[in-house]
Amino acid sequence: MTPQTIFDKIWNSHVVRSVEDGPDVMYIDQHYLHEVTSPQAFDGLRARGIPVLRPNRTLATADHNIPTVDQHLPIRDELSRNQVNKLAENCRESGIEYFGPNHQKNGIVHVIGPELGYTLPGMTIVCGDSHTATHGAFGTIAFGIGTSEVEMVLATQCILQVKPKTMRIQVHGSLGKGVTAKDLILYIISQITSGGATGYFVEYAGSAITSMSMEERMTVCNMSIEMGARGGLIAPDHTTYSYLNNIPAIANRHDFKSMLLRWRILKSDEGTVFGKELEFNASNIRPMITYGTNPGMGMGIDESIPEGDNTSSFLKSLNYMGFRPGMKLLGHAIDYVFVGSCTNGRIEDIRAFAGLVKGRKKAPGITALIVPGSKRVEQQAKTEGLTEILRDAGFELRQPGCSSCLAMNEDKVPAGKYAVSTSNRNFEGRQGPGARTLLASPLTAAAAAVTGRITDPRELLND
Amino acid sequence: MQKVKFEILESTCIPLPVENVDTDQIIPARFLTATSRAGFGQNLFRDWRFDKSGKPNNDFVLNDPAITGQVLVAGKNFGCGSSREHAVWAISDYGFRAVVSSFFADIFRNNALNNGLLPVMVPDDYLSDMLELIKKDPKTRVRIDLERQSITILPDVRSASFEINPYKKECMMKGLDDIDYLLSIKDMITAYEFRNTLKI
Repeated sequence: MTPQTIFDKIWNSHVVRSVEDGPDVMYIDQHYLHEVTSPQAFDGLRARGIPVLRPNRTLATADHNIPTVDQHLPIRDELSRNQVNKLAENCRESGIEYFGPNHQKNGIVHVIGPELGYTLPGMTIVCGDSHTATHGAFGTIAFGIGTSEVEMVLATQCILQVKPKTMRIQVHGSLGKGVTAKDLILYIISQITSGGATGYFVEYAGSAITSMSMEERMTVCNMSIEMGARGGLIAPDHTTYSYLNNIPAIANRHDFKSMLLRWRILKSDEGTVFGKELEFNASNIRPMITYGTNPGMGMGIDESIPEGDNTSSFLKSLNYMGFRPGMKLLGHAIDYVFVGSCTNGRIEDIRAFAGLVKGRKKAPGITALIVPGSKRVEQQAKTEGLTEILRDAGFELRQPGCSSCLAMNEDKVPAGKYAVSTSNRNFEGRQGPGARTLLASPLTAAAAAVTGRITDPRELLND
Repeated sequence: MQKVKFEILESTCIPLPVENVDTDQIIPARFLTATSRAGFGQNLFRDWRFDKSGKPNNDFVLNDPAITGQVLVAGKNFGCGSSREHAVWAISDYGFRAVVSSFFADIFRNNALNNGLLPVMVPDDYLSDMLELIKKDPKTRVRIDLERQSITILPDVRSASFEINPYKKECMMKGLDDIDYLLSIKDMITAYEFRNTLKI
């Protein structure tokens, strides 16, 4: 048999029909919904007079526009409230499971799917959100779709997709002290640019990847879209299985053992040819920070902003950020710190941040938004005593949501202010009109939060 | 459901010579709380088009009354970032029927095709020539012929061909809808589910 990639194996086993000269009709195992990209899809179904075909294959949560304080109160913003209510109503009418604000299972869609055991190896997963790639950490084909496609999935549990090309990115060696999964993915994107993987589906491999925890793998896969890839995945292994074994809903399934057996085939065969292969060495990666207005504009935190190609787009970007080519960012004063999002809002991220700020104090003048990715993460942080560590250092843990990552709620960074953010996008205005975002890891965010400046976190880490 | 058909479009163009235009620029997240598809055009490129007080920014091309058209011509990697289909709705609602660039982000391209907005991918040098010609003369017209998969700067200055998936091309030309197609093969979907009993 011809050797196959894990991507091919999952894709091929989900093709319901190949359209001649066209895309494949692909069956979707798991569909996730949130309030922002779904109301028009439900309206579409109503206009056609058809029901949701498989409500038990869709899970819904409210995350994008909800406030991250006082979640027991009604949402103040009328349009956001209306949108969240609409989702609740649509789910009730269709029989879709829904975790609304303040529900004990609520959280960011890409955080709760994995932690509650909805995401399983070998699945096809879609959501009207480009960071759906996160679920690839479990060895799934997971990608973001538009609202028309959300409607397709609700109506038929299928979408039409042209099969992307495959790319393997291997990262050899191991990451140094203070260098995290976030730095690794920011480094890769800086090397291949924000459009460098467009048209491809990525498989991450190599010892720097396989030695990662599931949380770290999710951070890596999450940002696949930031280099243009449809998605990114990592072959499941003992780390994946032991993570799933810790979720009672999965471990208690009568078919858990047979699933484990089935998942063994989920790896790329020896001798498989990928559309493109890239290799990196983990020892070259330093803590990263972005200096521009797309995630590809990143550099080692102690480096200088490159001279660039002098195109108007490059200069427009630096101008927006208030930076110049050749400038060093170390020591540059900042105003905001945001820890959270589907990229870095998991318990390990809160732990990393708390670990560094422990015994230190928030720098004067810094506004910090520390936002857990889910109710479970929030609860876990309390159980582990992280909330207290944060409080002693002058930080407050908020309630879960997408928050300042896209600033649809009140968690906005004011115009002209600098924010070191653990989220995924530094686009103009992403964290609020005129806001200047510098993407980095939770450790780098912590170093910035206690010094008030862009600081190499390695200087503050204990040996 | 029947959609607007796309066959031949002849129009002047609106140039936006910026690379990596992300969907947050096309329609900022704070305008995504609407629950219908209509009206997003008024906030298209909101933060480039208007200043903080809501006054039109004279430097931005959409505010130049001399430059109009149904074709948006933009720098490479257009539509990167978020999967929000609202970006396509905003561009269409404003009155565009095609976007020309040397490179499109995947999700944006799919969303555009699902809404009858034609993404036309042209070579880098063709794009820079096009932008140059429009800059010199905003009255420059182009002809986009979907059947022939060609774009021509009129009057016959320079042509380029563009790729489009044959199935999607037919959908665009006939105004067909993916959901109608999927609903028509529902038996096959059920049969697939029967063979693959995982979680049903």
